[in-house]
Amino acid sequence: MVSREYIESVIAKQMRMDGRKFDEYRPITIEYGISSKSAEGSARVKIGDTEVVAGVKLELGTPFSDKPDEGSIMVNVELLPLSSTLFESGPPSIDAIELSRVTDRGIRESNALDFKKLCVKTGEKVWLVFIDIYPINAGGNLFDACNLVTLAALRDAVFPALTAENKVDYSKKTKTKLPLSKLPIACTVWKVHNEFIVDPTIEEELAAHARLSTVFTDDGKICAMQKGGESPLTSEEISTILDLAERKTQELRRHFK
Amino acid sequence: MKYTKRLDGRKFDELRPMKAEVGVVKNAVGSARFQIGKTVAIAAVYGPKDLFPKFLQKPQNALLRCYYNMMAFSGSGERVRPGANRRSKEISMVIEKAFEPVLDLSEFPKAVVDVYIELIQTDAGTRCAGICAASLALADAGFDMKDLVCAVSCGLVGDQVVVDLDKTEEDFEGGAVDIPIAMLPRTGEITLLQLDGEISKDDLKKAIEAGKEACQKIYEIQKAALRAKYAQEVVA
Repeated sequence: MVSREYIESVIAKQMRMDGRKFDEYRPITIEYGISSKSAEGSARVKIGDTEVVAGVKLELGTPFSDKPDEGSIMVNVELLPLSSTLFESGPPSIDAIELSRVTDRGIRESNALDFKKLCVKTGEKVWLVFIDIYPINAGGNLFDACNLVTLAALRDAVFPALTAENKVDYSKKTKTKLPLSKLPIACTVWKVHNEFIVDPTIEEELAAHARLSTVFTDDGKICAMQKGGESPLTSEEISTILDLAERKTQELRRHFK
Repeated sequence: MKYTKRLDGRKFDELRPMKAEVGVVKNAVGSARFQIGKTVAIAAVYGPKDLFPKFLQKPQNALLRCYYNMMAFSGSGERVRPGANRRSKEISMVIEKAFEPVLDLSEFPKAVVDVYIELIQTDAGTRCAGICAASLALADAGFDMKDLVCAVSCGLVGDQVVVDLDKTEEDFEGGAVDIPIAMLPRTGEITLLQLDGEISKDDLKKAIEAGKEACQKIYEIQKAALRAKYAQEVVA
């Protein structure tokens, strides 16, 4: 692993280890239906060396009592030790929980999924959408990768069939897609040695002092944010980051065209 | 119950289409993907590395630890609850035992070698796909091995001996017997053997022989996958 000092010294020279510009992502590929036999929707996203997969499973459950006519989503990221020496087996680490919750917020707060359309019978039966995300190779920028793979898996997903008694028949899929009306796209900007970069490698992440994830909806509204890292950010810095993130999410959105 | 024609049209001794690729997880010391029909397994090897707590250390050898896991969305019905359960723990243990006879870890006393196996999609034969992937991942990592390990399920569907049962055959209404086996292809020795169902001694022997023949075919696929990675590297 390259030292923090070295990464900082490279950034200070206005360069990056792999020759990219500060605002440049590594090549991105999105693949749909990678577990179509098992999952109702699935996808794989690669950003450079980083690879994540996600699957959507749908289950029928009872609605929350305060929202009797709404379904719900559950986002779960598991940081597999298969994907990096930085992860260990055992209960979810705080990093995995943060990733899950930030990814969840992007979808939930943008109202990208119409929860009311997930209602089967008011007060009794609603669809619960489980989104499980796994890194296969963790090579930096899991925040943006988890957001992209979630959107891809949701776009891929269809409802399973229901029997006459309103039970799920997982062996039959319908052609009905999930009610996904928006694409809330995340861009995380990292502060390394007083510079702002996107799509860091693992080494760059470990050298960073602060990060800010921002999720933008299709019409340019902000629907979720999360600041991380031990250093503070000034209002001017946040403003710079928002401009950069907005521009990059517009670019990322093209991958879904 | 008679089983005269396989549900997916295969011959009784025919494997599903298989695909293998070595070196699929860049961060790992060794890794591979192995696909049997619609069952997809990825294995990654990390180590040798320090082992704690210390009382687990073996003075002569590195410890081999395998972790078998189905991704939450990889099951055929409802979502699989994440985390280890009794089934995954038992499978992890028998997979460790399947590799112990071939793997020489005496160069790394007191250390540990971890093998992580993840199932992305399942259609029966998951532990066999996992073993085939793990075998390639261990070879890719460069550990001393006496042989690769090949695995396949064999058994009975209805009254018929078959190899490589898929999920619809495992669930055959006329009854099915599932016998996962792992074999060392050069000696024919068996390092994993389990059985679910009811079968006569004669049919069991026939099934195991059919499984051993199928393992030889898997061996060729594994060797080709290793060559595909390392032949390229030599040329480069």
